[in-house]
Amino acid sequence: MEKTALYNFHKNLGAKFVPFAGYEMPIQYSDGIVKEHISTRTYAGFFDVSHMGQFYIEGGSSLDESLEKIIPADLKNLKINQSKYSFLLNSEGGIIDDLIITRRNNGFYIVLNAACKNNDIKHISKNLRENHKFYLCSTNSLIAVQGPKSSEILDQKIKGVSKLKFMYGNFFEFEGEKLYVTRSGYTGEDGFEISVPNNKVENFIKYLIENKVKPVGLGARDTLRLEAGLCLYGHDLSEQINPIEANLKWAIAKTRRETGGFNGWKKIKANLEKGTSRIRVGILPEGKIIAREGTKIYSINDEEIGTITSGTFGPSVNAPVAMGYIKPKFSEIGANIKLEVRGKKHNAQISKLPFYKKNYVK
Amino acid sequence: MSEKKYSKKHEWVELNGDIAVVGITKHATEMLGDIVFVEVPENGKSVEKDAQAAIVESTKAASDVNSPMSGDVTEGNKSIAEDPSRVNSDPEKEGWFFKIKIKDKSEFDSLMNKSDYEKFIKDNPN
Repeated sequence: MEKTALYNFHKNLGAKFVPFAGYEMPIQYSDGIVKEHISTRTYAGFFDVSHMGQFYIEGGSSLDESLEKIIPADLKNLKINQSKYSFLLNSEGGIIDDLIITRRNNGFYIVLNAACKNNDIKHISKNLRENHKFYLCSTNSLIAVQGPKSSEILDQKIKGVSKLKFMYGNFFEFEGEKLYVTRSGYTGEDGFEISVPNNKVENFIKYLIENKVKPVGLGARDTLRLEAGLCLYGHDLSEQINPIEANLKWAIAKTRRETGGFNGWKKIKANLEKGTSRIRVGILPEGKIIAREGTKIYSINDEEIGTITSGTFGPSVNAPVAMGYIKPKFSEIGANIKLEVRGKKHNAQISKLPFYKKNYVK
Repeated sequence: MSEKKYSKKHEWVELNGDIAVVGITKHATEMLGDIVFVEVPENGKSVEKDAQAAIVESTKAASDVNSPMSGDVTEGNKSIAEDPSRVNSDPEKEGWFFKIKIKDKSEFDSLMNKSDYEKFIKDNPN
């Protein structure tokens, strides 16, 4: 089992660890999931996401072309330091991983899911040319700082970060070390993701703690992202699901949707024209019942119409929230459905996403 | 005079005559984390020793609450179903789950007393 550079630091903060994607990661700290969640929404929280892959590819302009075959973003028009949420697609249009890709001076910086990163690299490298160099960064931690106070607090120590626009990055300085910071995150809050050299990461975290930024574990990361309507790979996304079914059409650049030239385009184009057999929706169960992953979804006439892929209690919504895939004709917002939990069917409604309104800085 | 005992599944039982009050221990709530859903049994439901009688869910997962004794449910705690966080804040008093009319007092005798339970959780921290 691998550990991040902050493992002992987490331990001293009262972390409870769970195995996650081959790493021992904090699921929560002494505050617990609900308080960690609320702290992030009302003030700021930090997350050690160093288990995620920080992947660099360097090469000339031929790199855009190579990557556009497997990533359906408009990379040719991606500006230096601009980030996009996108995917690695297989030949059927299924999602091998979801990722954030940022153009850098000499290539791209891609943040990959921990559980997928080794497989992703195999897949990406197959599509590269000899003059393209790639490596997975092991010298830097990745820290997400999320919440309405994150900009103000970070700017005092990392001058200028508050001027970053959402989904843009740049180099900044912290205690004489260069850091790469992007204004991004996965909580539905304004926030930053900071690639910090391992030898500086404890100092950086100490600064955050001095400023009352709370440590947040994987438990609250999950409740935060679900309230924000964001997908978790391995649950809401998989190789068997394509971006149109996942209701993530917006994440495929319009020009690429039309002109194609990427893995699975044929299938995706057909889905765009003729519709899909299932679609991802938000679901609000009535009352307090929590519909977890795997819960079967029924129509009001008891026809089985889909399955829940993520479900929990949303501390800011103060109610259970879920996402799942259903037959499109039942996906109208407000439509009544039923969820089978422990052998009993419970009423629920299709909901718009996100469940919790975002506060991104544009 | 009531007497309180504990099960290896981290339930507590307080016996008053032939009525047993059942809940989950503070240690159980610490392992579960924030409790966000509780389902308590209906009055009259018959429960078996060590069989599932109630449900408790944290933000992380759902777990069964077993009844450490056999009997018929006389009352479920509606207030924790309405506000599940009460189980976290006061697990061994206000946060009780259900009451049963017991069938066999010897089942109570086989449970752990407080000091045995404390030793048990020390030896089995997870």
